[in-house]
Amino acid sequence: MRSDRAPLGLKIAAGLGLAFMHLPILLIFVYAFTTEDKSYQWPPPGFTTKWFGVTWARPDVWEALSLSVRVAAISTAIALVLGTLCAAAVSRTKFFGREVVSLMVILPIALPGIITGISLRSAFNLADIPFSFWTIVLGHATFCVVVVYNNAVARFRRTSGSLVEASMDLGADGFQTFRYVILPNIATALLAGGMLAFALSFDEVIVTTFTAGQQQTLPIWMLEELVRPRERPVTNVVAMVVVIVTFLPILGAYYLTRGTDTVAGQGK
Amino acid sequence: MRTSAVRFDGVSRHYGEVRAVDAVDLDIAEGEFFAMLGPSGSGKTTCLRLIAGFEQPTDGDIVIFGETAQGVPPYKRHVNTVFQDYALFPHLNVLDNVAYGLMIAGKPKRERHAAAEAALELVALPGYGARKPSELSGGQRQRVALARALINEPRVLLLDEPLGALDLKLREQMQDELKDLQRKLGITFIFVTHDQGEALSMADRVAVFNEGKIVQIGKPEDIYYRPEVPFVADFVGSSNVLPPRVVEKMAGQWSHASVRPEAVKLVDAGIGADGLHATVHSTAFIGTATRVSLDLDGFSMVALLPKGARIPDAGEQVHVTWGSEDLHLMDAA
Repeated sequence: MRSDRAPLGLKIAAGLGLAFMHLPILLIFVYAFTTEDKSYQWPPPGFTTKWFGVTWARPDVWEALSLSVRVAAISTAIALVLGTLCAAAVSRTKFFGREVVSLMVILPIALPGIITGISLRSAFNLADIPFSFWTIVLGHATFCVVVVYNNAVARFRRTSGSLVEASMDLGADGFQTFRYVILPNIATALLAGGMLAFALSFDEVIVTTFTAGQQQTLPIWMLEELVRPRERPVTNVVAMVVVIVTFLPILGAYYLTRGTDTVAGQGK
Repeated sequence: MRTSAVRFDGVSRHYGEVRAVDAVDLDIAEGEFFAMLGPSGSGKTTCLRLIAGFEQPTDGDIVIFGETAQGVPPYKRHVNTVFQDYALFPHLNVLDNVAYGLMIAGKPKRERHAAAEAALELVALPGYGARKPSELSGGQRQRVALARALINEPRVLLLDEPLGALDLKLREQMQDELKDLQRKLGITFIFVTHDQGEALSMADRVAVFNEGKIVQIGKPEDIYYRPEVPFVADFVGSSNVLPPRVVEKMAGQWSHASVRPEAVKLVDAGIGADGLHATVHSTAFIGTATRVSLDLDGFSMVALLPKGARIPDAGEQVHVTWGSEDLHLMDAA
């Protein structure tokens, strides 16, 4: 039995489920405009846009934002290089332990962040590496590589291997083949993977808590700010920015990888 | 003596224990239309890939126009390939696909696009340049792949099962066109196929592959009428292979022999006393003829009966005969 219309009860249940997931986010936005700055009071006693100005003037916000952007950018860059290389190796060649490598690359995203965090922290301690910007980057790169790898490996699998041979056959050396055939075919997958990796890194809390020294990334800053009862709506303003900054790349990634289901180079 | 285009000197390609290509000797002349025929896994495609440079021989030497191909990468060989799946670049339009080789060679855009247009004309696809490969039919993609492979003016064109993905009618049309093209260009075509009809109708010479070795090499008529080993008789056109004990009784020689199915005649068991006693296993109408499967003493045969012949029923007892000139003796097995 199959019908085109869902029963009314199911529609309502689905609507409630979606509302439950998304209304709290709207609340965050609403509190960014409240006049009450000590507690979250409903309904907000008044509306103001002054918190945007206050946020703009706070150097700690800028510091955290700048750190987050730099960490996300560099982890993404590392992930793009390593993830692509790894995906190419796993999908293009057969070697002993290939499945194991594939699993071990994906593992960091399946492991709870707290495990990754603790293990990295103790590893850094053992190796006497002081916590710094670079330890945060390393921590983030572990899971950023996974998203890039997953995107790239799927595209590599769908790109016919004979394309590379066709390019070589027509006179292109390895570099030219990469430049003119491989890169154009995996570009959207890399962009999508990169955007997802950036978004993941940008709002990461758990691994960061374990791998950061004194620095505060934006999510860490927000976490600390929540327990402090001063200028609370500043946190909400920042939250709004984070939602927008992470949502846009994810949306972009979705649009980039949509409609690429046809097998590239299948040719039949 | 014509120049040798591609020569194999005891070439082997082994993957561990698997002997994909095993001590193959081969000499293909310039301008020849050469077919490599065999079942899948017989080593024919590996041979093609060895010529293209995608594989390196584990033993022996490949000589292309007098120069060893040892260590020469694919992009430095004057050999181009039409791939089985065509391998058109999905991100480029048809014109840029065809012009790819010239783009890599550093030819200016105007020049390479003009050459690509000419190549598309050659394969009867003028004006298709702006389309994406995904917008073409299988037959059109095949032509684009052909034009792309020809743009670098190779001295040898390799074709890997070029017609495998096309339907029957298109396949027959492309067979004629490929043959014409080869005559017009005068370059060496080496093509790999598992379809004996294709190999026999197109090629000047055919090499039949089995288990990594060439079992027979020769003109299509030789392969078809004078198979040297039972495998060729069986694989090419499904000849009947008679076991030595039967052949010895009939021809006085201990060897295998082959009889083409269309040469086999059936006589009612009651009438003729000569010939072999057989039981009809089954019959099948196949359009141009009727195919009769026969059970003999310990082996089976197939007869193709022309239109108008009396078709026996399954289970009927018959005698099987053929003209003495139709019995082809093979080397002792």
